[in-house]
Amino acid sequence: MRVELDSLSKAWDGVVGADNITLDIADGDLVAFLGPSGCGKTTTLLMVAGIYKPTGGTISFDGRVVNEVAPKDRGIGMVFQSYALYPHMTVFGNISYPLRLKKLDKEEIRRRVGQVADMMGIGDLLDRRIAQLSGGQQQRVSLGRALVKEPQLLLFDEPLSNLDARLRLAMRGEIKRLQNELGITSIYVTHDQIEAMTMADRIAVMSKGVLQAYDVPEALYDQPKTLFVAGFVGNPPMNFFDVEITSTNGDFHAKSEALDLLLPHDRAVKAAASAKGKVIMGVRPEDVFLVDDAAPPAADLTLTAEIEVVEPLGREDLLGVSVGDAHMRVLVKKSQGASVGDMVGFVFDLSKVQFFDPETEQSLLWA
Amino acid sequence: MGRRIAYGFLILSVTPILVGYSWLVIATFSFRTEGLLPRNAEGGIGGFTLSNWSFVTDAAIWNAMLNSFLIAVTMVIGVGVASTAGGYALSRFKFAGRKAFLTGTLVLHAFKAEMLLIAIFFVLRWLGGIPVIGSFIGFNSVGGVALVMIALELPLGIWLMKGFFDNLPWDMERAALIDGASRFRVWWQIMLPQVRPGLAALSLFTFIAGWNAYLVPFTFTIGTKVANMPVFLSQLISDTAPTNWNLVAAVGMFQMIPLIIFFIFTQELLLNIYAGGSKGT
Repeated sequence: MRVELDSLSKAWDGVVGADNITLDIADGDLVAFLGPSGCGKTTTLLMVAGIYKPTGGTISFDGRVVNEVAPKDRGIGMVFQSYALYPHMTVFGNISYPLRLKKLDKEEIRRRVGQVADMMGIGDLLDRRIAQLSGGQQQRVSLGRALVKEPQLLLFDEPLSNLDARLRLAMRGEIKRLQNELGITSIYVTHDQIEAMTMADRIAVMSKGVLQAYDVPEALYDQPKTLFVAGFVGNPPMNFFDVEITSTNGDFHAKSEALDLLLPHDRAVKAAASAKGKVIMGVRPEDVFLVDDAAPPAADLTLTAEIEVVEPLGREDLLGVSVGDAHMRVLVKKSQGASVGDMVGFVFDLSKVQFFDPETEQSLLWA
Repeated sequence: MGRRIAYGFLILSVTPILVGYSWLVIATFSFRTEGLLPRNAEGGIGGFTLSNWSFVTDAAIWNAMLNSFLIAVTMVIGVGVASTAGGYALSRFKFAGRKAFLTGTLVLHAFKAEMLLIAIFFVLRWLGGIPVIGSFIGFNSVGGVALVMIALELPLGIWLMKGFFDNLPWDMERAALIDGASRFRVWWQIMLPQVRPGLAALSLFTFIAGWNAYLVPFTFTIGTKVANMPVFLSQLISDTAPTNWNLVAAVGMFQMIPLIIFFIFTQELLLNIYAGGSKGT
C-alpha cells in the first residue's frame, strides 16, 4: 500500500508535536522514522495509525484520504515498544483477538493463528500466559498479533528497544526478512540509527517535529542535507569545526586558529560561493588518519594535535583529540599504538568533507 | 530484644480490642456479666444460656439481614459500575468540565452525610412520587437507601478507579483499538480486567459500608419493613424500658458472622489488595 503524508501537523494547546510533515512511502517499502526522543516520530506514527487526529494536513492510503477513518478500519497492524499485550489472555488469546473481533469462524481463527505462530516460532507457546514469556517471546507474540489480520501497513514503534543487545540484533534481521517476504509496507520508528540504516529502504530523519531529511540510508550518510542530519547519522558522530574559507591563487584553504587545510577544489568552490566566508566544516571520524612518518604528506594537508582520550572499541581505537577549542574524534587501527598525551599528526580525507551554513544549518554542498 | 519490644507493643495495642470482642462473645452466652465474668442469677460464676440467641427464630431479624444484604449488594453493583465507567472516562478522555468535576467530587466527599440528611429526605420523597419505580427508590425503600449510600460512596470510588486506570499503559488500549475493538469493548474486555484488584478492593469497602450502614437507613426508613441490621439493633435499645445488653451483644455478633465468614475465605486476596500490588492477578 502506498502511504502519503501531506503537510501533516499535530499540536496540543500550542505545543507542536509534528510540523508540516510531507513524505511518500512506496508500496512494499520499509521506511524508518529516525530521531532523538521527543522529535515527533511517534506522534506522526500514531497519526498514521489513527490514534491521534491530525490538526492539519492529510494522510492518504493508496490515494484515499484516511484522516477520518477509525484505526480498526485502516488495515494496519502495530507493534509497540512495551509489546502492549493483553496480560489476562493467553498467547492464543492475544494473537486471535483481532480475528475474534472480526467474528471469523473458529476453524479459520485456529488455522491462521497457528500459521502465524509457526512463522514466528512460537507455535508451542500458544497456551502460555503472557507473564510466563521472556521479552523476546513477548515481542514475537506482539508481532504475530499485528500480522495475523494480514495488514496492508505495518507500524513499528521502537519494537526492539526493550530487548537486550544480542536479541535485538537477531530480531532486527528477522523483522527485515519477514517484511521482505510478506512485502508489507512498513513504518519503523526508532532512535537507533543502526537499526534505521540496516533495515530501512528510506529514512526520515526528524528533529523537534520537523522532517529534516528523507532519503535512502547511503545518501543520508554521504550527502547530509542539514547539520542535524550530519551530526545525528553516523556513529561515532561527525566532527565539526568553525572555519573560514579563504582563497589565494585559486587554492582554497579552511582556516581556524588551530587549522589550516588545503581543500579539494570542487567542494570548496560551492562552500566559498554561498557563504560569507565563515562555514561549519564536517569530517567523519573514519576520514581522519594518523600521519605515516615514513611518507609525510604536504604540510597544508595535516594537523598536529594532542591525544586526550583513547577508547578501545575492539577492532579500532577511538581517539579524542583537542583541536583548538574544538574536539575531534578519530577512528584508528588498533595496531597504530596511539597513547594519551602524544602529539601526533593527522591527515584528512578531504574528498568527503562537508560544509554547512552556520546560520541556516543547511548543507552548502547538497542543496 | 527488639522483637520482644515490638511484640509487647503489639499485644498492648490490641488488648482493648481483644477484651471488647471477648466480652461480646461471653456476653452473648451469659445470663449477665460482670466485667468479663459470666454470672448466674444467684451471683455465682456460670449462667450459660442460649436464650439471648432466641431471636434467630424471629422473622424480623432475617428480614433485617436480608435488607442489609440487599443494600450492600446493590451498593457494590452501583458503585462498581459507576466508578469503573466514570474513573475510566476521567482517566482517558478530555472533555469540558473534567477538572471541575474532579475537584468537585473531592469537595463533595468532604461533606458529611449528616449535613445532607434533610435535603436528601426531600429528594427521596420526590423520587417516591414517580409512578411505578417510585416505591423501589423512594423514601422508606431498600432502593432509596442504597441510592443515597451509593451517591455518598461514589467520590471515593471514582477517584480510586481513576487512579488504577491512570496506571495502565496507553499502548495496550491503542493496540486494542487497532485490533478492531470499539471504545466500549476496549473498556470492558481489555482495561477492566487489568483493574480487577482495585475493583475487588472497592467492592469490599463498599460492601462493608453497606452492611454496617446505620445513619442513612435509620433516617430514611420507618418501622421494621426496610430496617437493616444496625437499625434493628438500635431498636433493641430503648429509652423507656431496661435494655437487655446481652441480647444486643448477641444481635451484634449475629451481624458480624457473615463478615467473619467472608474474611476467612478471602483473607489471601485481601492481603494482596492491601499490599497494594496488582501482583494478585
